[in-house]
Amino acid sequence: MRRRITLYILIMSVILLGPSLSAAEYDVIDITKPFLRKIPLAVPEFKNASGSGAEKQSSYKAAEFLSDSLDFTGYFKLLDRGAFLFDPEASGVTLTDLNFPNWTVVGAELLVTGYYRLDGDNIAIELRLFDTFKARRVLGKKYTGKLANQRNIILRFCTEVIKYLTGSEGVFGSKIAFVSNGTGNKEIYISAFDGYNPRRLTTNNAITLFPAWSSDSKWLAFTSYKAGNPDLFIRNLAAARESKVSKQGINITPAWAPGKFELAATLSFSGDQEIYLLTGSGKIIKRLTKSRGIDVTPTWSPDGKKIAFVSNRSGSAQIYIKDLATGRVNRLTYEGQKNTQPSWSPRGDKIAYTSQMGGEHHIFTIGTDGQNPVQLTYEPRDNESPSWSPDGSLIAFSSDREGPNRIYVMTAFGTDQRRLLVLAGEQTNPKWSMNHQNN
Amino acid sequence: MQKKTWLLIALLLVIVGLLFTVGCQKKAVSQAKAPAPAPAPAEQKAAPKPVAKPPAGWNISQNNIYFEFDRSTLTPMAQDTLMRHAAWLRENSNATATIEGHADERGTNEYNLALGDRRADSAKAFLVDLGIAASRLTTISYGEERPLCMDQTEECWAKNRRGHFALN
Repeated sequence: MRRRITLYILIMSVILLGPSLSAAEYDVIDITKPFLRKIPLAVPEFKNASGSGAEKQSSYKAAEFLSDSLDFTGYFKLLDRGAFLFDPEASGVTLTDLNFPNWTVVGAELLVTGYYRLDGDNIAIELRLFDTFKARRVLGKKYTGKLANQRNIILRFCTEVIKYLTGSEGVFGSKIAFVSNGTGNKEIYISAFDGYNPRRLTTNNAITLFPAWSSDSKWLAFTSYKAGNPDLFIRNLAAARESKVSKQGINITPAWAPGKFELAATLSFSGDQEIYLLTGSGKIIKRLTKSRGIDVTPTWSPDGKKIAFVSNRSGSAQIYIKDLATGRVNRLTYEGQKNTQPSWSPRGDKIAYTSQMGGEHHIFTIGTDGQNPVQLTYEPRDNESPSWSPDGSLIAFSSDREGPNRIYVMTAFGTDQRRLLVLAGEQTNPKWSMNHQNN
Repeated sequence: MQKKTWLLIALLLVIVGLLFTVGCQKKAVSQAKAPAPAPAPAEQKAAPKPVAKPPAGWNISQNNIYFEFDRSTLTPMAQDTLMRHAAWLRENSNATATIEGHADERGTNEYNLALGDRRADSAKAFLVDLGIAASRLTTISYGEERPLCMDQTEECWAKNRRGHFALN
């Protein structure tokens, strides 16, 4: 009830004040709340312009994909179409034609309708988002394009919906890089945020690990044994051109500095595993850690002022935070035998990590102040390599809960855990990109 | 008189050896001081007794050394094996080897790659201390990427926490 009032007030203020409001002022969904209630959402089949067989088919796919994509966020409870008092062939889809009590009676608080036209290989789609209780249209967009771009068109509207409801860009423009050994060697693959269209990126025919996206998603760094030693490669994805850091010892765990052409990585040429700051072409700028023993797996705070990393300086692997301006290092984790694989949330407030618990590994989040460690996974056996979605609402990770290691996604609070994709072999080391690319 | 000459020669040899191995000596020192409350207090600096001859049929590539969980310090048994390796390397003075550092699958692969790196370095530093030229030994870490044994048992994990000597 209270949310509804908030929604009403917020929508009214949007209408009264216009679109110049800053994002934070019209957040309907507060994604920092752990147990947020899912909003009941109805996405009926789209109304078709001609009603031809081909049009019906691609229109149905579009509605399904829109429904699945919004469901992916974890914010909504998608309502069963079987209960809808709505016939897309007979009923209209605009504000004046809709009968809102038909939607409130099935529990829908939000409704998305579509008007779909297929003309040769061109499509025109009108998409609208309604608040059913207020009987108001809150979004209305018309898209035209090629049928082949239908996926991107739908995702553009989904981004509008999420931006309206949360004030953030969501995840629909992001990709996930991961490691798969389906060819017999670990190689790097890239898929869309939802596991769509996984493609192999590397053909190193050698162990390849630790993919890391630059902020602009144009560069991917990784470690590979393709020349025998675990070397670091920094690849320009568009030009397929690479630079290499190939020092004696290990050259591993790259992490790009936010918004910069620089990255942190662990090198051991000095005889000790230390974290260094490198240029985007692989030249050492400076050393960032100085401690005897293992220092590995850096992750940047979103403002680029701090790194979290793993060190065994206290005797066991634990996570530390270093303030790069002051040089001050604080230990972050104290519970658990071994805590590794830190991943700093893009929202800045939390760090996800992997904790070894007996014979199992589980994913936790902890405040950057070291307060409130929360266990997010419980399924045996190994849940590893957490990586945040660009909006900080979801976490990708690997798990062997169904046998082989696969990539899974859950919300930032550990709910809605689901497998992202099935491929030959095992999949590990997922890394979520920022929002930049068409999917 | 003769004793003195021998001493001088020995000293010279030590100095030359030090010159050649200065880079790795650093590693050995850092290794010995690593914060490791492991039950292997002997460590590298305990002046191990050199073994004159390796046992008959000894081959370094067929004798792995093993490590304790999450440790890169050398156990007394590993030191024993390495002394035989040193004797073998002295007898086979043209042989060069790559020391592979491996970890068991517990822990995550980033950390285990670093751990394997330290394990390979410990073994190399020990051999260099026994007079094997650093230039004959290279190291590589495979972390948990190349397990020998795939079961979920302590016995299996122990087999995987190894330093392997591959002859080049």
